[in-house]
Amino acid sequence: MAMADQTASGSFRLSMLIYDTRYRSMTIQIIVLMLFMLGAAWLVDNMLTNLAALGKPLGFRFLSDAAGYDINQRLIEYNSQDTHLRAAVVGLLNTLLVAFLGCVIATVLGVVIGVMRLSKNWIVARLMTVYIETFRNVPVLLWIVFSMAIFIEVLPQPNAFRGDAATASMLFDAFAFTNRGFYLPGPIFGDGSMAVVVVFLLSIVGIYFFGKWAKARQEATGEILPTFWIKLGILILPAVIVHFVMGQPITLEYPELKGFNFQGGIYMRNSLIALLVALSLYTAAFIAEAVRAGIMAISHGQTEAASALGLRPKRTMSLVVLPQAMRVIIPPLISQYLNLTKNSSLAIAVGYMDITGTLGGITLNQTGREMECIMLLMLCYLIISLSISMVMNIYNNSVKLKER
Amino acid sequence: MKKSVLLGTIAAVGVLAGAASAGTLDDVKANGVLKCGVSTGLVGFAAPDANGVWGGFDVTFCRAVAAAVLGDSDAVEFVPTTGKTRFTALASGEIDLLARNTTWTFSRDVDLKFTFVGVNYYDGQGFMVRKDLGVTSATELDGATVCIQTGTTTELNLADYFRANGMSYEPVPIETNAEAQQQYLSGACDVYTTDASGLAATRATFEDADAHTLLPEIISKEPLGPLVRHGDDQWGDIARWTLNALITAEELGVTQANLAEMAAGTSNPEINRLMGTEGSLGEMIGLDAEWAQRVIGVAGNYGEVFEANIGESTAIGLSRGLNAQWTQGGLIYSPPFR
Repeated sequence: MAMADQTASGSFRLSMLIYDTRYRSMTIQIIVLMLFMLGAAWLVDNMLTNLAALGKPLGFRFLSDAAGYDINQRLIEYNSQDTHLRAAVVGLLNTLLVAFLGCVIATVLGVVIGVMRLSKNWIVARLMTVYIETFRNVPVLLWIVFSMAIFIEVLPQPNAFRGDAATASMLFDAFAFTNRGFYLPGPIFGDGSMAVVVVFLLSIVGIYFFGKWAKARQEATGEILPTFWIKLGILILPAVIVHFVMGQPITLEYPELKGFNFQGGIYMRNSLIALLVALSLYTAAFIAEAVRAGIMAISHGQTEAASALGLRPKRTMSLVVLPQAMRVIIPPLISQYLNLTKNSSLAIAVGYMDITGTLGGITLNQTGREMECIMLLMLCYLIISLSISMVMNIYNNSVKLKER
Repeated sequence: MKKSVLLGTIAAVGVLAGAASAGTLDDVKANGVLKCGVSTGLVGFAAPDANGVWGGFDVTFCRAVAAAVLGDSDAVEFVPTTGKTRFTALASGEIDLLARNTTWTFSRDVDLKFTFVGVNYYDGQGFMVRKDLGVTSATELDGATVCIQTGTTTELNLADYFRANGMSYEPVPIETNAEAQQQYLSGACDVYTTDASGLAATRATFEDADAHTLLPEIISKEPLGPLVRHGDDQWGDIARWTLNALITAEELGVTQANLAEMAAGTSNPEINRLMGTEGSLGEMIGLDAEWAQRVIGVAGNYGEVFEANIGESTAIGLSRGLNAQWTQGGLIYSPPFR
């Protein structure tokens, strides 16, 4: 024992770091790590030196200065006297809005199209192939610019709705589709509308528990309830009843042509719609392929077994095939969500004020703080992407094959 | 050991970084070409013609500097920049000089670390609308949708103007003049706002130019001029005095036509100093004696450049106004060549 120790420590020579296979890989890794850190230090130092030479040392004080510019789409209160930081937050919320809506639309479209591409109907399957191949193989920036160009050239101007000789008219006197965006009726919450909202939220909770109960009942008795229609009823009826009991506190505000533009209601800007359409159609093509791959990964025997048990094709798809396909679909789906979110930074091409447009655009330009703005911008996208990854990975863990 | 290598590297980098930021003149001479930032296309100021040759008011200034420094007015690499990319391009050294309808402001001069070498066009922000809108004043624009080029002073002026007048508006930020034109012409915005000269230049390219009008309000002061980076005074001087040479030439009556005659020697000592036949001004600035002759030789004096590109005889049709010589009641004024 003592002898062995002695030989081990006594016979260690420096050259063993290279010639002894026990140490060699460690040595190489340490050297590479040092070189890497040296390289990183050089880059950081180079940046700081050059910024100092330009007379612009790194600093984030500019974020608390007044921004001075206006932003058209604001999800929170903002005016030109607010700070650059708040402008960045407004932009961030716009990014999140378009990313969230885009992911939802792309998922719905993608799943439908992916399933349809596998359809036995020749026309439908070929049409979907054409759609997927066209959208997947043209850069998304072109789709964004293209959809915006179509938008502003094809739809009528608000002016066309004016006067007796109007060339355009509102749909049901409630919806106006102009080349500046869509104007929709918006709800106005009057006194007592809180009750309606609370009842509505309670209905959603109710649906959750009803679903659980119906499932338990089905497993116990084998009877299947028409859950969809019952759930729909629970969702709508109580809120509608309370709405009328309370004396209709929620009213609709219709857009009206006043001055240069329509006023009132909900205004969805052309930039938001064009961006949303392009991003979701583009990403849906990729999601459709992931869905198709997922479905095809499930052995046909599963479908046949389900048929043998007497399940109808629709139920086979929703109860047997899709749950198993999810395991294959989710991982590529995560990266498509990340892609969509990152692609939303192309928003500036159509003048949508996302965080790239505010912090990485106007703020950067007006303050001249390129390094700081870009670093903050990268940090924002990093955090958004990692959060999406995290949430989706949690979901993935819940659907993946449980090995017991 | 490792630490000293690191420190040594840092020190070396520091020295290199310091060395690289000096001597734009030498860099330009070594490259044999002047990298000049211009707009992405604004007729009259900077736009490529059918053969891809850049021309315009700002472009001529780039060519004049190239002529002064390199002796060749074609030794210019034009780098199209947007309102957003121009300052980064200049600060990073991607371009040596920026001549792109850029407004001289305190913060750009002091905080962004640029040196404006003078004013080559006194401008102000205006509004363009369709005539059939029936708007006669900017104060009637409450609720309008306004197209603005993002990253410009116009964006800030616009916010201030509408706030001061208690009006609301819908800003539509766009990157380039071409995009603004598309949005404005298709009616996606009611108003297009930028420098009045830019509006006139843009309107000149419309098929139905007469259906559009500039509103009478000019809501800001926009002294436009060429600029260089802070920290290289010699290069700044060359750009500044190239502009001044153009202005002085007009004041003294030196034109492209009579340049050879003037260069032969005159009885006016200031003309002689400008032409380099008297004194040693060229040597002082680090160039040869005939530099100013080449500057004027590119396209004539300030007035000739103005008339040829944006003056009343062109489609853009801007009158001299504030941009007349100080002797004619304008603001264009050069310090003496002495």
